[in-house]
Amino acid sequence: MSDVIKTDVVIVGAGPVGLFAVFELGLLDIKCHLIDILPKPGGQCAELYPEKPIYDIPGFPVITGQGLTDNLMKQIEPFGPQFHFNEMVEKVERIGNDAAPLFRVTTDAGQIFEAKVIMIAAGGGSFQPKKPPIAGIDAYEGKSIHYAVRQMEAVRGKRVLIVGGGDSALDWTLNLQPVAERIILLHRRDDFRAAPHSVNGMRELVASGKMDLMIGQVMSLKGDDGVLTHAVVRGNDNQTVDVAADVMMPFFGLTMKLGPIAHWGIHLHENLIPVGTETFETDVPGIFAIGDINSYPGKLKLILSGFHEVALAAQKAHRYVYPDKKLTFQYTTSSTSLQKKLGVS
Amino acid sequence: MPKITFIDASGTSRTVEADVGSTVMETAIRNNVPGIDAECGGACACATCHVYVDEAWVEKLPKASSIEEDMLDFAYDVRPGSRLSCQIKVTNEIDGLTVATPEQQG
Repeated sequence: MSDVIKTDVVIVGAGPVGLFAVFELGLLDIKCHLIDILPKPGGQCAELYPEKPIYDIPGFPVITGQGLTDNLMKQIEPFGPQFHFNEMVEKVERIGNDAAPLFRVTTDAGQIFEAKVIMIAAGGGSFQPKKPPIAGIDAYEGKSIHYAVRQMEAVRGKRVLIVGGGDSALDWTLNLQPVAERIILLHRRDDFRAAPHSVNGMRELVASGKMDLMIGQVMSLKGDDGVLTHAVVRGNDNQTVDVAADVMMPFFGLTMKLGPIAHWGIHLHENLIPVGTETFETDVPGIFAIGDINSYPGKLKLILSGFHEVALAAQKAHRYVYPDKKLTFQYTTSSTSLQKKLGVS
Repeated sequence: MPKITFIDASGTSRTVEADVGSTVMETAIRNNVPGIDAECGGACACATCHVYVDEAWVEKLPKASSIEEDMLDFAYDVRPGSRLSCQIKVTNEIDGLTVATPEQQG
């Protein structure tokens, strides 16, 4: 286990609102660590719609999700935020009290943080692999159905059915092909979204008889006690065939799930975190909820609303991080001390 | 105003009025039609507004873009009439359109 990281604020989620939190907190001399389950910053902006234009960011008639993420990263650079990607916060424990909050935050990678304040900027929750709605799939998950393989050796000598046509499906096809007894790639059409060189690699393996490519969709599963024997596949000719497989790896993209937040001891309502509109603090002093994850009367799930929420939450966070310091409100346009922090003065 | 009929997985049919210029997905959400999740809000980024367009209408609608086809890969039980309803624009020409919603959105 790694050493405990002590910091002022842990921000859960590195989407646009989590990123901007670094800025507003940074102006108040508050240091942050950000944790995100994705491998990169930007949250939904970068994962769901990197190339899609956004038209309602004040001051930007049009900007893409990736463009906004890049700009925010540049904007917060002076504050040296620390990122922890590919990690999900699993546990939050209160080790302080209401007047002087302190939390122990543990991720699924075993990293432990100690922070005075937690800002939950988790949007719609954490991105997790989408589970195809195949009847009885639950029984096979973890035994025969996997969304990732940690040890390639686990598929040695097995027939692996990989379902999907994107980069994940193709990457796993190419990576596991040398180890598995047989790889069968199943996709609903003979067109792939994945990077052209992976698609070419796959086509070469198919042409040389080293793996199989099938066009169709999985309709149901056959097996016993979670041990898969066959997937029932419907081809585009509407005929169904049983495809023998020991392991199936479905890749139907990512979906957002609230995840472990439900167990952090914060009051939730319909999978959202109710907050007051003065400080955006939850019912647990020291834990704030900002952006799409919170709810209050009149709430609009807009990036710009999240930006506003962060600025106000930071004011209250300051009281917890620097209980003895008085906070004077300043403008970045005129305050030399703020400009120093931004590295422009 | 064009009318659109939604048939859910249990066979219940709902006919609602649609605004020209909006999308079939928006029409469903605005009228509380069940069976359409539209998780991403119409960005063609999630495949949770999957519908089966009635056979008689498949050829009458503008074809799916390649982005929509890519996104349909994430839907479950894709059939020849499968479309993402956020990508079907409401025009006067689609008055009477019938779509079925799947048992489950991906």
